[in-house]
Amino acid sequence: MEFLRLTQVEVEALSLSLWVSSWAVATSLPLGILTAWVLARLRFPGKNLLDGLVHLPLVLPPVVTGYLLLVALGRNGIIGALLRRYLGIVLAFNWKGAVLAAAVMSFPLLVRAVRLSLEGVDRGLEAAARTLGAGPLRVFFTVTLPLMVPGVITGLILAFARSLGEFGATITFVSNIRGQTQTLPLALYTLTQVPGGEVGAMRLCILSVLIAMAALVCSEILARRFTARLKG
Amino acid sequence: MVEVHVIRKQGHFNIFARFQGASSGVTALYGPSGAGKTSVVNMVAGLMRPDAGRIAINGLCLFDSARRVDLPPEKRRIGYVFQDGRLLPHLSVRSNLTYGMKLTPTGRRFVKFDPVVELLGIGHLLHRRPARLSGGEKQRVAIGRALLTSPAMLLMDEPLASLDSARKAEVLPFITRLCREFAIPILYVSHALDEILNLATHMVIMEEGRVLAAGDLEALLARPEMQTRFGREESGAVIPTVVEEPEDAFGLTWLRFGDHILKVLRLQALRGEPMRVRIPARQVAIALEPPSRTSFQNILPAEIREIVDQEAPFVDVRLDLGTSLWARITRHSFQELNLKVGQSVFALIKSVAVSHASTTDLGESAGG
Repeated sequence: MEFLRLTQVEVEALSLSLWVSSWAVATSLPLGILTAWVLARLRFPGKNLLDGLVHLPLVLPPVVTGYLLLVALGRNGIIGALLRRYLGIVLAFNWKGAVLAAAVMSFPLLVRAVRLSLEGVDRGLEAAARTLGAGPLRVFFTVTLPLMVPGVITGLILAFARSLGEFGATITFVSNIRGQTQTLPLALYTLTQVPGGEVGAMRLCILSVLIAMAALVCSEILARRFTARLKG
Repeated sequence: MVEVHVIRKQGHFNIFARFQGASSGVTALYGPSGAGKTSVVNMVAGLMRPDAGRIAINGLCLFDSARRVDLPPEKRRIGYVFQDGRLLPHLSVRSNLTYGMKLTPTGRRFVKFDPVVELLGIGHLLHRRPARLSGGEKQRVAIGRALLTSPAMLLMDEPLASLDSARKAEVLPFITRLCREFAIPILYVSHALDEILNLATHMVIMEEGRVLAAGDLEALLARPEMQTRFGREESGAVIPTVVEEPEDAFGLTWLRFGDHILKVLRLQALRGEPMRVRIPARQVAIALEPPSRTSFQNILPAEIREIVDQEAPFVDVRLDLGTSLWARITRHSFQELNLKVGQSVFALIKSVAVSHASTTDLGESAGG
C-alpha cells in the first residue's frame, strides 16, 4: 500500500491541476458560449478571421501559444504591463497565468462543441417562444441554452480534460514552479527527469488516467440523463 | 377589424396581399401550397418583415412602414399555433402552457388556466413532456399555450395538416368551441376546404402571393367563378342549416334550411344547433319528376338557374331551392333530359354526400 501514498509534491500538483482546470473552464464558459453564438448566428465581415483566431491554439504548437502569451501578457508584455499598472493583476509565473494558458488552449474545443449544439437548436422553437411574449434574451436563457445543455456538457468535459493535460503553453508562459504553476503533467515531467522518480511518475500517470476516465463517465451519464428528460 | 396589407419580395416570389379579416370569428386564409399563406401569417406575427405595408388588429398598429412602426413578436400580443406544434421539449405540458401566460401582465389576462385546460381536455397531460404526447394532444396543448397569452388575435397555420383524419376529428371540435367561448379573432390558414367550411365565417383566397378574393364565406363560395377555383372534386354548394331532429328512428339527423329538410347520417348535434352543410356537385342528381321508388333520401323541388359547361363529359347546373345548389351531370343525360334555364326539376341528394360541422373529411366519414 506504500506505493499508493502520494508525496507532498504529488498532492500539490494534483490539487493545483484540479484548481487550475476548474478555473480555466469556469471562466472560459461564458465567453465560449458567446463566441459560439456569434459564430453560429451572426454574419459580419471578419467572421472567418475570428473563427481562425479561436481555433489557432488547436493547430499552433503549444509552446508557440505559450510564448505569445508571455510576450503579450508577461510582466513587461504589451498588455501585461498595462494590467499590472492599472489593475494590479499579474499573470506571469503564478497560478492565474496557468489558468489563462489552460483556458486559451482548451477554448477551441469548448467553442466547437457548444457551437455544434447551438446549430442543432430548432430556431422554430425560439420563434414560438417570441410569439409567446419572450424577448430575445429571455428566449436565449429559457429555450436556447437549456436545449444546448448536452453540447455544453460535452464542451466542458473536453475543455476540462484538455486543461488537465496542458503542458507546453503552461511551462512556456508561467514556468514550472512547485505549488504555484507545477500542474500534474509538469510534475510528472519533472519526476521523469530526476533519479528515483519513476514510482512517483507512475502514480501520477495512473491518477491522470483515473481523472480522465471519471470525467468521461460523468459527461456520459449527464448527457444521457438530459436526453432522457427530453424524451419525457 | 383585422387589417393586413403586406408587400415582400422573396427571391423571385413576390407577396402582395391586402385584405381585412373579421374582428371576431374565424377568417380563413385559403390557397394552394406555395401561395404565400404562411409568409403572410409570419409577417402578421412579426417573425418575418414585410418590405412595406401596414398590419393592424382592432385599431392596434403592429406594423406600418410609412410610420416606421415595427413591433417585435413578443410585443404583438398574437397567439400563434404552428403547423408542427413547436412545444418546448425541455418543459412539461404545464410549463409550456404557462410559459406565455406568466409573461402576460396580470391585468391583461382574460383567459384563465383552468377553463382552457378543461376546454381542451388536457388536464391529465399536465405533468408529461411533449415527447410523450400524440400528435392530436400536442396540437391541443399548442392551442392552449397560444390562448393563455390572452392574445388580441390567434394565428393558426394549418394546425391539423400534420394529423391523420382521426386526430383531425379529435382536434377540430376544440377549435370550434374555442371560437364560441373566447371572443378572439382567428386567422386560420388551410388548403383543406372542409376544415374552412367547418370553422370560418370569412375567407381570403390567395394564389401566387396575391389575394384573389376576400369576404363572407358563403357569399364567396356561391360565386360561380369560385366554383372552378376549387377544382373538379371540390366543386359544390355550402348551405347553412339548423338541426331539426338530432336522431330519427333510422339513425338519421334532420337538417332544416328554408322550407326544406335534409336527412343526413346521424351527427353529434343538439336540436336548434346551426350546421353548415356542403354538398358537392357530383353528389347531386336531377330528375324531371319526383321518383316514386328510389333509395335517394333527399328529393327537393328546385328550379334551374344557370347552366355551366364543364370539361367534357360534364355539365354543371345551378339549382335554386331558396338557396343555390350545384349539380354535376353528364352531357349525355343533360341532352336526354333537355334541361333549360327556368325549368322546374327535382334535386336528388344522397344523404351520404353531406359534410357537416363535426366531421372533418366529408368523402370518407360520411360515406357508406
